[in-house]
Amino acid sequence: MPDLGLDVLFKGKNMLRLLGGLWTAVEISLIAVALSIPLGILLGIIMTSKNPIVKAVTRIYLEFVRIMPQLVLLFIVFFGSTGALGWNISGELASVIVFTAWGTAEMGDLVRGALISIPKHQYESAAALSLTSAQTYIYVIIPQTVRRLIPLSINLITRMIKTTSLILMIGVVEVLKVAQQIIEANRMTSPNAAFGVYLAVLLIYFILCWPISLLARRLEKKWG
Amino acid sequence: MKKIKLFTAAALALSAAFALTGCGGADDAATDTAADTASGTDAVYRTIDEIKESGEINIGVFTDKHPFGYVDENSEYQGYDVYFARRIGEDLGVKVNFVSTEAANRIEYLQTGKVDIILANFTVTQERAEEVDFALPYMNVALGVVSPESAPVTTLDNWDDSKQIIVISGTTAETYLTENYPDIPLQKYDTYANAKNALENGNAAAWANDNTEVIAYSLQNPGYVVGIPTLGSSDTIAPAVSKGNETVLNWLNDEITALGAEKFFHEDYEATLIDTYGPDYEDQLVVESGAAAQQ
Repeated sequence: MPDLGLDVLFKGKNMLRLLGGLWTAVEISLIAVALSIPLGILLGIIMTSKNPIVKAVTRIYLEFVRIMPQLVLLFIVFFGSTGALGWNISGELASVIVFTAWGTAEMGDLVRGALISIPKHQYESAAALSLTSAQTYIYVIIPQTVRRLIPLSINLITRMIKTTSLILMIGVVEVLKVAQQIIEANRMTSPNAAFGVYLAVLLIYFILCWPISLLARRLEKKWG
Repeated sequence: MKKIKLFTAAALALSAAFALTGCGGADDAATDTAADTASGTDAVYRTIDEIKESGEINIGVFTDKHPFGYVDENSEYQGYDVYFARRIGEDLGVKVNFVSTEAANRIEYLQTGKVDIILANFTVTQERAEEVDFALPYMNVALGVVSPESAPVTTLDNWDDSKQIIVISGTTAETYLTENYPDIPLQKYDTYANAKNALENGNAAAWANDNTEVIAYSLQNPGYVVGIPTLGSSDTIAPAVSKGNETVLNWLNDEITALGAEKFFHEDYEATLIDTYGPDYEDQLVVESGAAAQQ
C-alpha cells in the first residue's frame, strides 16, 4: 500500500488541532447563520415592498453582496475597516460580519421568493374568514413560508461552512489552514502528507455537511 | 411613509446586530489594545513605548513555511523567523502574539497596524520599501527555479509559451518574472502549500521562489533539481514595520546590531535551519548586524 502520509495526523496534537480548526469554522458559520435568519426574514419582508426606492436599495445590497467574491468582502471588512475607519477588528469578527451580510442577502432573497410564492387566494381566503392582516400572516402565510424556507436555509448553512475556507486569508486559523500547517511542518519526514491530510479534511467537511444536507432534503420532501 | 419607517427599523436592527457580534467576537486582547491606540492617535501603528506598556507585541509570521515560520504538531510556533521573534519579545520584556500571515497580505497587516512587526521571510525590495519600512537584514536570498529532474529548466531564455511557471502571489519571484520575462505564462497560487502541490501534480514545468526554498525543496524531494540556483540580483530578508514607525524601526536596528556581537543569527541558523540547508550554506545565508546592507 502506498504511503498516504496518514501517520502525521496522529502525531502530537495534530488531530485535536484539526478539530479545533473545524470548530473555528463551524462557530463562525453558526453565529453567522443565527444572525442571518432573523435579519434575512426582515430583509425578505422589506423586499416584497412596492416602494421603488426600498426595492432599489435592497436590490443593490443583494446584488453587491452576491456579485462580490467573498474574499474581496473579507479583505474590505478586515483591512478596509482599519484603514478607513480606524477600527481594529479581529479576523473572526470580520468573518462573522461578512458571512452575516452575505447570509442576510441570500436569506432575504429566499424569504422574498417564499412570500411571493404563496398564492394570492390564501390571502383572500383569510380575509374572507375575516382574519386581520396580522392574523393572516401569523396563522396562514408565515407557517407556509417557513416550511418552504427551512430546507433552503439549511442548505445555506452548508454553503457557509464550505466558504469558511477563505478566512485563512485574513489570519483566522481554521481547518484548512491547520491542514496546510501540518503538511508543511512535516514536509521533510512525510512528503506525502498532503494527500493524507487533505483526505482527512475532505472527510471532516463531508461528515459535517452531509447530515445537514440530508436533513434539508428530507424536510424538503416532507414539506415541499 | 410607513415603509420608510420600516426600512429605518430594519437598518437599526442590522446595526444593532453588528454591535452585538462586536461584543461576542472581540475576545482577542491583542487587537483590543491595538484598537485603543489606533483611535487615540492618527497613526495606525504603535510606538515602542506603547508596545512595552501594553506588555504584548503582535508579530506577523508564516505558519506554513518550514523552516522559517511554521506550527509544529504541538501547536508551537517554530522556525528561523519565530526564533528571532521570541528573542525580540524577551529583550523587550513583552509577550509575543504570533499572527498568521500569508505572502499576499503581509503589507496590508502593517499598513493597518494589525501587527507591529512582520517577520515572515520578507524580502527587501524597492516597491515594498515604499509601503513599509525595513529594518536591517538578517538573511540573504536570491531567486531560484526548481523543476523535475526528468525535464530540468536551466534557463528562462527562449521560453516555450506552452509551459508555465508556478509562483506564489505577492512574492519577489512573481514580480521579477512579470517584469523581466513578461512572456512566460505564470501559474499563481495564494499559499505555499498549494504551489507545492501544483508542482508535485505536474501542473507546470517549474516553480520559481526564493533560492533557499528551492534548494531545500530539491534536497528533500528526490526527483527535483534546482536548474537555476540564482536568478536576478541577490536580495536580503529583513523585519518590516509600518511606514513611519521610527521608534520600533530604530529599536529593531539597535537590536540586530547588538545581536551580531553574540552571533545570534548563527545560533538561530543552527537551531532552526541546519536540518534543512546543512552547514555549507550557513555563512552564505546568515547576515549578522545587518552587514550586507552596510557594504
